[in-house]
Amino acid sequence: MAKQQQEKSFWQKLIGIDRRVIYLIIALAMILPFFFQMGLPIPVTDEVKRVYDYVEGLTPTDCVVLSADFSPSVAPELSPMFEAVFRHCLKNKVKVLVISLLPQGPGLVEPVVQQAARDHRATNGVDYAFLGYQYGFSLVIMRMMENIEAAFPNDYYGTKTSDLPVMKNIHNYEEIDLIVSLTGSSNHRVWLTYAHEPYNVPVAPGVTAVIAADVYPYLQSKQFIGMLGGLKGAAEYETLIEEKKMASMGMEAQNWAHIVIILFIIIGNIGFFAIKRQERA
Amino acid sequence: MELSTNLWIWLGVFFTFSVLSFLYKDNPFYKLAEHVTVGVSIGYIIVLNYYQALQPKFLVPVFQEGKLVLLIPALLGIFMVFRIIPKYSWLSRYAICFTVGAGSGMAIPRSMQASVLRQLEATMLNLGFGSTAEINNIVIFIGVLSVLIYFFFSKEHKGVFGGVAKLGIWFLMVGFGATFGYTVMARLSLFIGRVLFVLQDALGINLAG
Repeated sequence: MAKQQQEKSFWQKLIGIDRRVIYLIIALAMILPFFFQMGLPIPVTDEVKRVYDYVEGLTPTDCVVLSADFSPSVAPELSPMFEAVFRHCLKNKVKVLVISLLPQGPGLVEPVVQQAARDHRATNGVDYAFLGYQYGFSLVIMRMMENIEAAFPNDYYGTKTSDLPVMKNIHNYEEIDLIVSLTGSSNHRVWLTYAHEPYNVPVAPGVTAVIAADVYPYLQSKQFIGMLGGLKGAAEYETLIEEKKMASMGMEAQNWAHIVIILFIIIGNIGFFAIKRQERA
Repeated sequence: MELSTNLWIWLGVFFTFSVLSFLYKDNPFYKLAEHVTVGVSIGYIIVLNYYQALQPKFLVPVFQEGKLVLLIPALLGIFMVFRIIPKYSWLSRYAICFTVGAGSGMAIPRSMQASVLRQLEATMLNLGFGSTAEINNIVIFIGVLSVLIYFFFSKEHKGVFGGVAKLGIWFLMVGFGATFGYTVMARLSLFIGRVLFVLQDALGINLAG
C-alpha cells in the first residue's frame, strides 16, 4: 500500500513538474547542439527540390524577383531562406530584383545581400538590383505588370531604376522567370492572385513553418512550383546549393528540441494514464 | 571568441533576455521590452510611410508638380479619421464605401480564380489504384468531400451523412496536427535565431568554424 502510494506520488510529481523546468531543458537541448554538432542529415523534400531545380535551370538572361515581405519577428526563418536563394541565383549568374512589399524588409536583407554579393563578386545594379520597399502591396504587384520601373522609380540607394544596367531588358512580368515571395503571413497568396493567375508568372513561396501547411493545397494544384517551409526549408536549400550556413546549424538544435518535446509528450501521456489507472484501482 | 563592442548589439541582448524572462514570470523588464517594441515599431512605420508614401506620392506631386486631382483621395483619407469624432463620423462612410468597392472589385474575380476555381479544378482527379498518385487522389477526393459535408449544417449529422461528417473531422484533425507541428517548429526557429544572435553577434563565438 505504501509502495503504491509512493508510485502514485512519483507520477503526480512528474505530471505536475514546473513548466519552467521544461523550458530550461528545452533551452539546453537547443543551445548545446551549437557547441557539439553531430552533423545530422538534412533530407531534401520534393517541394524544395522543385524550387532548386527551377532556379538551376535558369540562364544568365533570366530574371528572378526575390520579394522579402517579412518583418523582424520572422527573420530567423526567412532570412536564411532569402540568403540561400539569392546566393543560388548569383552563383548561376541569374539576374535578381530584390524588392519588398513590407517596410521592414529591405533593412533586414541588406546585410545579407551585400555579403552574398561580395562572396560571389556581384555588383549592385549590374548583376542584381536592390529596389527596396514600395508602398501599396497588391497595387505594386499589379503595377509591375505594366512597368517595373514605374512601380519602383528608384532603387534602395536612390539611383533611378531606369539607369541600372541590370534593368536594360527587364520591363514587366514578361521578362520575369520566377517570383520567390518570402513571407510570414499570407502574402504569397497575393502574388498568386495578382501575378501568377493573370500573367502566368511562376511563383515559389518561402514561408514560415506556421504558414507552410496552408501552402500544400496550392502545391497540389500546381499553382506554386514548389515551396520552402520554415527553417527546415532553408536548411534543405542550403544543402542543395552546398553552402551550409545558419539554417543548417539551426536544424541540429531544432532536431534535439523536437526529440525532447516528443519525450515530454510520451512521458506526460504515460503519467496521465498511470494516474488514471491508480485512481481506478 | 570576441565580444562585440557595438552598443546596439548589447541593447538587443538586453531586450532578448528581458523578453525571455517572461517565461519565468511577468516582470518590469518584460514590460519595458514590450512597450519599447510597440513604440519603436509604430514610430518606424510612421516615419517610413511618410517618406515612402506621403511625401513622394502626395506632397511632391501636389505641391511641386501641381497634380491637384490627388486632393480627392487625400480628402477621402481625412474622412477616415473622422470616425473618431462622433458628430462627423458619417463622413468616414464615403471613404469606406470607396475602399470596399474598389477593393472588392479588384479582389473578388481574381481570388475566385486563384483560390476557388483552380482549387476546384485540382480536386477533379484521376481516381484509381494503379499508382501511388492515383491512391493519393482518392485520399484528396474523400478528404475534400467529407470536410465539405462536415461544414454543411443544413442537415443533421446523422446516419451515413453523420458518418461522412465524422470522417471529415478526422481529416481536419490531421490538418490541425500538421499545422501545430509546423507551429512548434516555427517557434523553436525564432528561439534559435535569438541564440545565434547572442552567441555569434554579441559573444563573437565562431560557430561555423
